[in-house]
Amino acid sequence: MGAGHHHDHDHPHDHEGSELSPMDLRVRALESILVEKGYVDPAAVDALIETYETRVGPRNGARVVAKAWSDPGFRDWLLRDATAAIASLGFTGRQGEHMVAVENTPDEHHMVVCTLCSCYPWPVLGLPPVWYKSAPYRSRAVIDPRGVLAEFGVALPPQTRIRIWDSTAEVRYLVIPMRPAGTDGWDEERLAGLVTRDSMIGTGLALSPEAVAA
Amino acid sequence: MNGGQDLGGMMGFGPVRPEADEPLFHAPWERRAFGVTLAMGATGAWNIDVSRHARESLPPGEYLTSSYYAIWTKGVERLVVQTGLVSPDELRQGAALAPPAPVKRVLRAGDVAAVLARGGPCDREPAAPARFTVGDRVVTRNLNPSGHTRLPRYARGKTGTIERVHGVFVFPDTNAHGAGEAPQWLYTVRFDGREVWGEEADPALVVSVDAWESYLEPA
Repeated sequence: MGAGHHHDHDHPHDHEGSELSPMDLRVRALESILVEKGYVDPAAVDALIETYETRVGPRNGARVVAKAWSDPGFRDWLLRDATAAIASLGFTGRQGEHMVAVENTPDEHHMVVCTLCSCYPWPVLGLPPVWYKSAPYRSRAVIDPRGVLAEFGVALPPQTRIRIWDSTAEVRYLVIPMRPAGTDGWDEERLAGLVTRDSMIGTGLALSPEAVAA
Repeated sequence: MNGGQDLGGMMGFGPVRPEADEPLFHAPWERRAFGVTLAMGATGAWNIDVSRHARESLPPGEYLTSSYYAIWTKGVERLVVQTGLVSPDELRQGAALAPPAPVKRVLRAGDVAAVLARGGPCDREPAAPARFTVGDRVVTRNLNPSGHTRLPRYARGKTGTIERVHGVFVFPDTNAHGAGEAPQWLYTVRFDGREVWGEEADPALVVSVDAWESYLEPA
């Protein structure tokens, strides 16, 4: 079912009932009653979905990081007042009202988790991936982060401090990964291509120029 | 509450499984569940702390075996019944049996962009100076409320250091229960990994939580 279709759920069994899972039926029933009672406008539901499917995602965060790598003044602003610095690029609002940026160095690697639910900086990273919301990540990020990093293919030197930020309040954290070597003179757009979603959560590193060229 | 949501430090869930080229939604119902959850939040019938508490109130066995959008769906189902917007029979049938109850707002498609861009800031003007400052040593209280709290079990009764002072924020523990915003100073408290997990912990691990002032005492 695409966004914008099948808002009339009165008789779902007529045409595709055999393919509908219990959760399909359950959510259809929920949306139907909420729409019928006038609490929910299905066109607004479509617009909400479309926003995160097409406009808000980790490319936003990559622009923030690339600018921080390129512009020392912006980097300082981002570390001092991330909410304002990020807003200057047009990324504001829900689940990013109170932003803090933390910067990886050779001595310290930052990683973000929400052990209690799924808090995640939507305006810069979009909606979280399933693994971020899953029990394995939420349980182990705080007690065994090196084991978690290994599952992402990341191995850090044992002396590198691993700094875990558990997002237990409404502050949302963005990791600024280290700028890869061999990128001198690159413009922001090219640099942004090295910034992965996972590198801004702290479960990955920025890509090397070789990885992008390959 | 010490529910199924409080996962930090639990074991036995297996490896993290990142998915290559993961789609934003894994089934058509997930996208509707996402949109319906946000749209109902926008009615003002409840706040974000109430909705988090509805989710964590699922029995732990159910919470841990439900996908995240299923947890959201079950949370909305509970809330629409609790708030009297929908009756249990109506929910079962997916059809109205009684007239609607009033809601503060109905989110329209044309307002979605503005509402998302505005978000819901939960910082408030300070009414009193902060009790703690950066560098202070603090101990987290051993709180086990039956209601909502944002102090995870692994971080209770632990000694740490104030690293950041964020300002004054709505207090979820009251706001989730109709007891008002009761704003408090909010801090990032950092703990040595060995303080949290014992002598065998990685000596290079530092963990922080964001903690409201009433979660903390001077160390």
